[in-house]
Amino acid sequence: MTDKPVKENPIVRKLRAWDEKAVAETSQFRGELTIVLPREHLRRTAEYLQAEPGLQFDFLSDISGVDRFPIEPRFEVNYHLLSLPLHWTVRLRVWVPGKDPVVSTVIPVWPTANWHEREIFDLFGIRFDGHPDLHRILMPDDWEGYPLRKDYPVEGFRT
Amino acid sequence: MTTVETAAGPAETMVLNMGPQHPSTHGVLRVVLELDGETVVRARPEIGYLHTGIEKSCEALTYSQAITLTDRIDYLAPLSNNLGYCLAVEKLLGLEVPKRAQYIRVLLTEMTRLNSHLVWLGTHAMDLGATSVMLYCFREREEILKIFEMVSGQRMMTSYFRIGGLALEPPPGWLERVRRFIDMFPSRIEEYEKLLTRNRIWLMRTVGIGILEAKDAIALGVSGPTLRAAGVAYDVRKFFPYSSYEEFAFDVPTRSESDSYARYLVRVAEMRESLKIIRQAMGKIPPDGPIRADAPGIIPPQREKMKTEMEALIYHFKIFTEGFAPPPGEVYQRVESPRGEAGYFVVSDGSPKPYRVKVRAPSFVNLQALPKLAEGRLVADLIACIGTIDIVLGEVDR
Repeated sequence: MTDKPVKENPIVRKLRAWDEKAVAETSQFRGELTIVLPREHLRRTAEYLQAEPGLQFDFLSDISGVDRFPIEPRFEVNYHLLSLPLHWTVRLRVWVPGKDPVVSTVIPVWPTANWHEREIFDLFGIRFDGHPDLHRILMPDDWEGYPLRKDYPVEGFRT
Repeated sequence: MTTVETAAGPAETMVLNMGPQHPSTHGVLRVVLELDGETVVRARPEIGYLHTGIEKSCEALTYSQAITLTDRIDYLAPLSNNLGYCLAVEKLLGLEVPKRAQYIRVLLTEMTRLNSHLVWLGTHAMDLGATSVMLYCFREREEILKIFEMVSGQRMMTSYFRIGGLALEPPPGWLERVRRFIDMFPSRIEEYEKLLTRNRIWLMRTVGIGILEAKDAIALGVSGPTLRAAGVAYDVRKFFPYSSYEEFAFDVPTRSESDSYARYLVRVAEMRESLKIIRQAMGKIPPDGPIRADAPGIIPPQREKMKTEMEALIYHFKIFTEGFAPPPGEVYQRVESPRGEAGYFVVSDGSPKPYRVKVRAPSFVNLQALPKLAEGRLVADLIACIGTIDIVLGEVDR
């Protein structure tokens, strides 16, 4: 988990050159680069990564939520990006506090985010600001609670 | 009911539920249709009827136990999902799998691709009225399932790939059976093509239907044959080779027409490419050698050793009672499943149970493109559109 090769990584270098504030933290584990962004910078960084000719992250593979309960900020939202022209991959991460679980949507940048964000809303209760159709996708509409949260039990009965 | 403007003036639309119980939805997909006569104005897929909480269940199991759940994600490609999950955990552990096991994994995942494409071809053709194709496809699929049964003891829920290698030494004679199958199979592909490729009805039902341009496909995150039929040669096996795929010579078939017919041609060509890979893998698999990595404490020791060595017995006991703990961290592992990019995002917190397992299911993402394919076309074409994106509902809902 050394930081030195990460600093030399062209993606990180480009991002830092574009806006120093857009990168909060970088790390590398098993050859995978993770860039942690401040929550408020997510949308514009996403736009930059997608449109910048030297990066072209045009394919959003996946968005995954992780609940780190009881640590605060509690949630991670991970974006797995792929650049089809350059064969590069990167993971973006934003931390989301449990008190105010809101992230801005990236649907205008990658329309595929629509269902991914609905799924995270459904299972974690994280809201996506600007999502046009944010309602449950896998669980029934009248379901109570968010199943993938760590304080939600794996089994049991509702009383 | 809402009013829409049509060429003949304003008209009232009808809302119709298709599914969740409908033979051509390939499971329990519900599509809420807004129809203007026979034309689909809006199609909204409603999913979740098969949600079983696999990701949540994984968090309560040890790393090895969770393999059995990955089988159940996609019943047509259990081995592809086994592979994705095992590779992710092996990456977390920094484990190198012996070459022999890697080649066997490649061979079996390509057999899985044949299995999945055969079911797709059969059911898609049946949706469009060609019943006999299904019978032929299932005849060949049966032989593939028998090969799976031979190596793993199971026809569908194989769980044959384990962390660090394979579950069992493949039985003697299994390669001979694979050889017989792949010698026979090319002529069978010819048969399917003879039935469909130049069939007038098939052409009328698929050419120009369900168009998804490359630009839209990438924006919607669509992968697999559906993306390649739009001219984008994204194949994980070529982009990010895993399990020694870089040692195999094969092509990635693409088409530029972006319609249902192009997807059919891509999948048929992929079956031929899979055969090429299987043939090469058969030549590469050494007759003997280890099938599991050498990592005490993670890989269960051999049965024989347990009878003579105290240490082996202790490891055996420890692995099956508490499991093993990878270092804290997270990995995202892509594999090319028959339906596209299957991704496993596995987070470890240093305990013997995965902290989080997220499955990037290709069907889930590809299904999002359905409205794009079907809107503005006839209801009958919607059936062709659902068939052509090749979804497995178990994978959509997980």
